[in-house]
Amino acid sequence: MKFTKTLLATTALTVAAGAATAQDMTVVSWGGAYSKSQLKAYHEPYSAKTGINIINDDSSAEAVAKLRAMNEAGNITWDLVDVEAADAIRLCDEGLAIEIDHDAMLAAAPDGTGASADFGSSIVSSCFIPQIVFSTTVGYRTDMVGAEAPTSICALFDLDKYPGKRSLNKRPLANVEWALLCDGVAKEDIYDVLATPEGQDRALAKLDTIKDQVVWWTAGADTPQLLADGEVVMGSTYNGRLFSAIAEQNQPIGMLWDAQMLDFDGWIVPAGLPEDRQKMVMDYLFFATDTQRLADQAAYISYGPARESSAPLVGNHADLGIAMAPHMPTDPANATNVFVTQYEFWADYRDDIDAKFQAWLAK
Amino acid sequence: MTDTSAHQPMIDATGVPLKKSLARSLRREKIRALLLVSPLLLFVLLTFIFPIGSMLFRSVENDIVSNVLPRTVVELQNWDAKSGELPDEAVFAAFVADFVVAVEEKNHTRLGSRLNYESSGMSSLFRKSGRKVAEWNPETDGPFKDKLIAADKNWGNVETWAIIQTHSGKFTNGYFLNAVDMQRTPNGIEMQPENKQILIKLFLRTVKMSLIITGMCILLGYPVAWILANLPNRSANMLMILVLLPFWTSLLVRTSAWKVMLQNQGVINDVLVWLGMVADDARLEIINNQFGTIVAMTHILLPFMILPMYSVMQTIPPSYLRAAKSLGATNWTAFWRVYFPQSVPGIGAGSILVFILAIGYYITPEIVGGTDGVFISNRIAYHISSSLNWGLAAALGAILLAVVLVLYWAYDKIVGIDNVKLG
Amino acid sequence: MALDTSKDAFVKFDRVQKSYDGETLVVKDLNLEMPKGEFLTMLGPSGSGKTTCLMMLAGFETATHGDILLDGVSINNIPPHKRGIGMVFQNYALFPHMTIAENLSFPLEVRKIGKSDREAKVKRALEMVEMGAFGGRRPAQLSGGQQQRVALARALVFEPELVLMDEPLGALDKQLREKMQFEITDLAHRLGITVVYVTHDQTEALTMSDRVAVFNDGRIQQLAPPDQLYEEPENSFVAQFIGENNTLEGVIKEIKNGRALVQLDSGDLIDCKPVNVSEPGQRTRVSIRPERVEFHKDRLSPDAHLLKATVKEFIYMGDIFRTRLSVAGNDDFIIKSRNAPDQVRLQPGQEIEIGWLADDCRALDA
Repeated sequence: MKFTKTLLATTALTVAAGAATAQDMTVVSWGGAYSKSQLKAYHEPYSAKTGINIINDDSSAEAVAKLRAMNEAGNITWDLVDVEAADAIRLCDEGLAIEIDHDAMLAAAPDGTGASADFGSSIVSSCFIPQIVFSTTVGYRTDMVGAEAPTSICALFDLDKYPGKRSLNKRPLANVEWALLCDGVAKEDIYDVLATPEGQDRALAKLDTIKDQVVWWTAGADTPQLLADGEVVMGSTYNGRLFSAIAEQNQPIGMLWDAQMLDFDGWIVPAGLPEDRQKMVMDYLFFATDTQRLADQAAYISYGPARESSAPLVGNHADLGIAMAPHMPTDPANATNVFVTQYEFWADYRDDIDAKFQAWLAK
Repeated sequence: MTDTSAHQPMIDATGVPLKKSLARSLRREKIRALLLVSPLLLFVLLTFIFPIGSMLFRSVENDIVSNVLPRTVVELQNWDAKSGELPDEAVFAAFVADFVVAVEEKNHTRLGSRLNYESSGMSSLFRKSGRKVAEWNPETDGPFKDKLIAADKNWGNVETWAIIQTHSGKFTNGYFLNAVDMQRTPNGIEMQPENKQILIKLFLRTVKMSLIITGMCILLGYPVAWILANLPNRSANMLMILVLLPFWTSLLVRTSAWKVMLQNQGVINDVLVWLGMVADDARLEIINNQFGTIVAMTHILLPFMILPMYSVMQTIPPSYLRAAKSLGATNWTAFWRVYFPQSVPGIGAGSILVFILAIGYYITPEIVGGTDGVFISNRIAYHISSSLNWGLAAALGAILLAVVLVLYWAYDKIVGIDNVKLG
Repeated sequence: MALDTSKDAFVKFDRVQKSYDGETLVVKDLNLEMPKGEFLTMLGPSGSGKTTCLMMLAGFETATHGDILLDGVSINNIPPHKRGIGMVFQNYALFPHMTIAENLSFPLEVRKIGKSDREAKVKRALEMVEMGAFGGRRPAQLSGGQQQRVALARALVFEPELVLMDEPLGALDKQLREKMQFEITDLAHRLGITVVYVTHDQTEALTMSDRVAVFNDGRIQQLAPPDQLYEEPENSFVAQFIGENNTLEGVIKEIKNGRALVQLDSGDLIDCKPVNVSEPGQRTRVSIRPERVEFHKDRLSPDAHLLKATVKEFIYMGDIFRTRLSVAGNDDFIIKSRNAPDQVRLQPGQEIEIGWLADDCRALDA
């Protein structure tokens, strides 16, 4: 194993070459509008304050695999990684991310409430420092759905009323919950049903009824593009993407908040960083996750700040000038029927359901 | 002539055996040649062969079970799974002792994932139990048999222990079995359950579609190569630029362009609807399926077919065709009996190139292939970056490599690799 | 050979012109008639149009103007494979992926000849060129001469009446070439086939042909049997091109009784036979074959004009002596004398007098 490690280390060296001097910090995120919102709200003010240069790496989609490889090679080239909560749990479980003492390491709310209380239930793992609340929800072409625009998530499965292609995420999360919900399972029973092989088969059987009409997406930008091209009549994606298509690009697109899957996204700090770099990262995190910074980010993208204390500070869109609060997934008007992603459930059943889902896809 | 025969004796002018002095003079040239290639050799070794070798090693590596549960594995050796009875307390105690350490070191979830490849439910069992067992003290809290079963009833299942026992070896053929839709169970090797059998199908689909793509490339590329080889130089150069043009744009851009062309509201469908050849509500499904993959990949790989064909055809003098016609052959007979057989080495070289490239293609099927147009390499990528089942990915990669080598060998036997000309 | 070509010519070029680019003619107004059984060689420097003529006859090029007739029928619009003309190519063009026997069998197969018939014909054709034992080999396994024979056999195996050969011996060494020259003519006469043979090698043309057509600048300069061509060239191009030749330049003084008196540029006077000169005052180029120059005065007629010459070089060539002289301002004047016991070996620097029969000295165009 030593041998393999040495080899992997040599390969990793090529990547590391030239990176990471004392004044550089490599931050991994999702790219696109999301990275831009981080740049505006966090990176630029922080660099101005400290002189530390922040290097962006748009690799969050492969973060778990890459962190595992870096860990095996014994050479961590990333300082801070933006991941979904579920990935944070996986990384934490495998010891690839360090545990955080939220109250001691992060800023308290302006009113003195400790960080962990302020973040509340969004701290789904001891390694996870939440940033935003986002949701996976459904958008549709207003000009292709006929007279009666959909109001329920089950429009996805209603081929009679809403014929045409729909785009869905190429992984089970959200899809199987929606399938069971529309197959008549009560919302509170869904995870109990999904924990059984029969329940998993039932979800796939429901998805099977629309499989011919589904275009599967892997990148968040796919569904807005497919909607804009008229390739699909409706499709799931992240609420921020839909906001951008509707409000910024004026596409003929409408969106559902029904049965939106609420999820968190945030930071993890890779395990195995040298002390000085870890210290630098923690200093950045203290700054970038305080109440004001999280509220600032909402001016650039329609994701809700994960701190409770940030909500009242959410203002207007930086360019459009419209109020952002009504476009947040957590806005009371939008949050009448919400799924909060069951991280524990997904951590436990992800391997099982994913394997079945992929096999079903390939059939 | 007389000069060489004068030196015929096996000893050179200074009395050293001729062979030896020849070897010495050649050695210097060999060393020089070796020095010249050594940077590349080192580069390839470090960045290609070693990493691939270590990746392939993962396809059989299985030390995680014995590393994480060392005491349990030893205790389980005395247990007969076929007896139908649960292991005794010693096994349970050893397991708890191992498991507490594993939870502490955060190894238990990875082990759970590993065993989940073999049997669904192991991952959730290990995770759930991990949260409970973490609080126990292996020294004082025993006996553990009932306690563990109480924590999760699956520990009272003989099957669970049998799976740990079955997969406790340092090396495993489990990944390779999984790669061909089989699995190693306590009762021996069995096929996977029906709803998990996809990989053989994917392998066959990959080979079938690669063959179709190769065939399409031959059909489309041959006339182009022929024209290229028979045009005067200047026009040939122009046409060659057109052939090579796709190389100058990024693969992603080209594939995305095909998406724009082929999609439902795309250029091809729009034109067909405009021409009235298809109804607006019955647009052709030519993307996100096998057809889309074949079209886009044929386009992308076509230059790899045309170039070797062209270089072979260039060497066929036009006098052969004239000779055939003067001997009474029609244009077609002259082509088919005389020109075509001589161009076969070019087809062979192009086909090998295109087929091998196609069989390992990833990006294009991923973008335009939907679900039934994807290849085995997309599956490998999924296991590398998403499911993190690197052992299975390595096994799939190894099989793919073997398939290519076997086909190459078969090609050599049938056509003869000496008949392949790359230029 | 008595040649009556006016009637029922087997091959006929009738006012044929050929242009590739629409601006220049590579073949200018070609007229040629061949009887059956003739061995005709088209000889000329490269670019003279001879190969183009052959290709038009074979059907690989089309005439821009005029008619080509085969056995009285215009073949302008008949594709090559229906002309039934055998052809031997410069590089043999043996199909490399077929064995020798398959190569020979090919023209028979496309003519749908039965298998047993085919095998018999292939065997006979191979034996005809003494290649009977090589049927199973591939062309690459044969020497150049052997490939040449096979190419010949393949062009003959389907028994064409007309066979075209495009510099077929160009790739062979001298000895082999001479042997093959003999074999080809022998075979052609034995089989009674008509042959059009293209070469730029004049020796080959002279030794093999019934008639030779000398091409230059897209025209036939002279069409005649070899002896006539050599001994009676009709213009200075033919004289220069065929065989070795001495030339002297001058002006016609007078022409009478089939004799022309020429004053050379050096002032000397000589007697010549007027060929294409017509009146006094015309400039002319006089041509004398080296072997027809005599320096033994006793062998010349007493009234012959003699020229002073200085020996520059004496070359011993075995069968003949070759002596270079300086004559009337020409330093490259060659004489050849037979190596005989009584033959004089001239020494460089020696002053001699030379002369010739007036009939051997041809006054041609300047």
